[in-house]
Amino acid sequence: MLTIKNLHAEVDGKKILKGINLEIKRGEMHAIMGPNGSGKSSLSSVLAGRENYTVTEGEVIFEGKNLLDLSPENRAREGIFLAFQYPVEIPGVSNLNFLKTALNEIRTYHGLAPIEAKEFLKLTKEKQQLVDFNANLMNRSLNEGFSGGEKKRNEVFQLAMLDPKLAILDETDSGLDIDALRIVAAGVNKLRSADKAFMVITHYQRLLDYIVPDFVHVLYDGRIVKTGNKELALELEEKGYDWLKEEVHQKESV
Amino acid sequence: MRNSNEIIDDIANKEYEFGFTTDIEMDIAPVGLNEDTIRFISAKKQEPEWLLEWRLKGFAAFKKMKFPNWQHFKMPELDLQKLSYYAAPKEKKKLNSLDEVDPELLATFDKLGISLKEQKVLAGVAVDVVFDSVSVATTYRAKLEELGIIFCSFGEAVKHHPELVKKYLGTVVPHSDNIFAALNAAVFSDGSFVYIPKGVRSPMELSTYFRINAENTGQFERTLIIADESAYVSYLEGCTAPKRDENQLHAAVVELVALDHGEIKYSTVQNWYPGDKDGNGGIFNFVTKRGICKGNSSKISWTQVETGSAITWKYPSVILQGDNSEGEFYSVAVTRNKQIADTGTKIYHLGKNTRSRIISKGISAGHSDNTYRGLVQVGPRAANARNYTQCDSLLIGDRCGAHTFPYIESRNSTATVEHEATTSKIGEDQIFYLNQRGIETEKAVALIVNGYAKEVLNQLPMEFAVEAQKLLSITLEGSVG
Repeated sequence: MLTIKNLHAEVDGKKILKGINLEIKRGEMHAIMGPNGSGKSSLSSVLAGRENYTVTEGEVIFEGKNLLDLSPENRAREGIFLAFQYPVEIPGVSNLNFLKTALNEIRTYHGLAPIEAKEFLKLTKEKQQLVDFNANLMNRSLNEGFSGGEKKRNEVFQLAMLDPKLAILDETDSGLDIDALRIVAAGVNKLRSADKAFMVITHYQRLLDYIVPDFVHVLYDGRIVKTGNKELALELEEKGYDWLKEEVHQKESV
Repeated sequence: MRNSNEIIDDIANKEYEFGFTTDIEMDIAPVGLNEDTIRFISAKKQEPEWLLEWRLKGFAAFKKMKFPNWQHFKMPELDLQKLSYYAAPKEKKKLNSLDEVDPELLATFDKLGISLKEQKVLAGVAVDVVFDSVSVATTYRAKLEELGIIFCSFGEAVKHHPELVKKYLGTVVPHSDNIFAALNAAVFSDGSFVYIPKGVRSPMELSTYFRINAENTGQFERTLIIADESAYVSYLEGCTAPKRDENQLHAAVVELVALDHGEIKYSTVQNWYPGDKDGNGGIFNFVTKRGICKGNSSKISWTQVETGSAITWKYPSVILQGDNSEGEFYSVAVTRNKQIADTGTKIYHLGKNTRSRIISKGISAGHSDNTYRGLVQVGPRAANARNYTQCDSLLIGDRCGAHTFPYIESRNSTATVEHEATTSKIGEDQIFYLNQRGIETEKAVALIVNGYAKEVLNQLPMEFAVEAQKLLSITLEGSVG
């Protein structure tokens, strides 16, 4: 589904990604871990097409298309969804109106007619129950005055509504208490399916107790320095990142 | 290959879709401003002597006045001697029904989306149409007459209801109020007149549609609306003009009078031609609008959506004379390219327990300049007066300006006056967030702007709120790039 080859990117002339290689297939759950400043969130920004990131080398193929040639909105319409670490507030635009607009833009791109009002409400209700999203937040302005937890839950709700092929969760667990974390994780687990892939970016192993990954990748200094299964996450939890950093530096000095 | 800047420029240039002209035989006054012009207009309209006298008093006041210099832009040089002060579609004979209106004129209004054929008119909206200087049609008149509601052109009101016109004309905006109001008093051509009798609620929205067509003319209409005791009316005006390279002057006057328990809701969707992207052409919109809550517990509410005009200079005001009376001002003003808006309101609290609410939303894009100017004055008798003002500015891009000039004068210690102001930019983060959900940038901006202006748009009658939303989206097309 997604193939990243030797991806290099920079922000304001500063090199952030220094040769990422990654292959994600349908149905897989990939966790990206790593210390602060290792490039985790940058990777999600580059994939989603954030403007201030410049790709200097490498390629990204998504479902047979060159992802880097597509505008951010077309990447979204092709099926890439980014659950933001810091969801923005848009005053005066209701959650429902926003979702309907987004859904219809995606449908139009795929040559489908706009969704019927009745069908939309049905879908909303269904997904809202699926991910346990508070109905009272539906008619409120998008994320305005939402608590940190409500914002993150809204990201998962949107993910359920827009039904992408690849969902990237950028530190969705940050700022959540343990109850909210469980609800968010339960929502994500319900959305897992054989034809959908996930890339979960997180600092902590804690989230991976609830969302069990097929692969764990450790990002350090703009590169994936180690790949393993969920045991790797536990090892990191126990030992921290320093041993990995040393390993990298030793290799470099040889 | 065309680059994206060219495409954006194209969008920016094509957006004024009402810029066509209508080829129609016109009756036009000789160019120039003097007593003869005023006598010409008065004679054309077969006016009574008292009205001519009033016009001449206005002209005398005008001659003594200077153009204002306190606004936040440089007043353009206006050569008022080069304008023609009266332009009317030539009437070959007296019209008995709409079927006899020039088909060319009917086609023009069809193009503008305003059908004059009553059966097709939006249910529940009566329309008076002013083409250049004269009112050409008023719909639904018979139905309104049954309730005693008078809704007609100003000229007709002078003929058929002179006592009402004489009683209220100039009582809210005197002939010597300001230079543009004085000019209007001298040369006003037509406009709308509304009288709602005691205890009657108008069953439909009343609406006037203004269209400037002729070249080198000014438009000086005058509207007078009276809500008698416990009467209610909701009134809406809309306006467009052809694209022309030279500037055209629009100096209107609107007077509202609400008696005991009377209520007037006045909404404007202003979309005069704003000029091109370099600031050539466009309408100079210098308008004086004022209402008086004369009676106890009366209410006047202004709602405006201002997207057009090269320069907008208007401060719809409310004088809260009656005890417990209430005034409101809701405004969205959008400027782009080189447009200038200096707009806001004045609220005078004179009576006891008077309340006012001001919500102003400025949106500036391109090289434009958008100013909110508001006065809240509380008089010594206005015990327990309350005002709440919220004044927000939204910036798109980094070459535009937003300014806020609030004036607060309170002479009563029991009054409460609140003022809140914010300035924000449409963030790249907001746009990227919407992009990431599949929404392209143009649509994202429209969504953000409509959300921002929602509190004001919600005040508009339903059909017009939808129009206004569309207008905001179209107006801002191409302003982010």
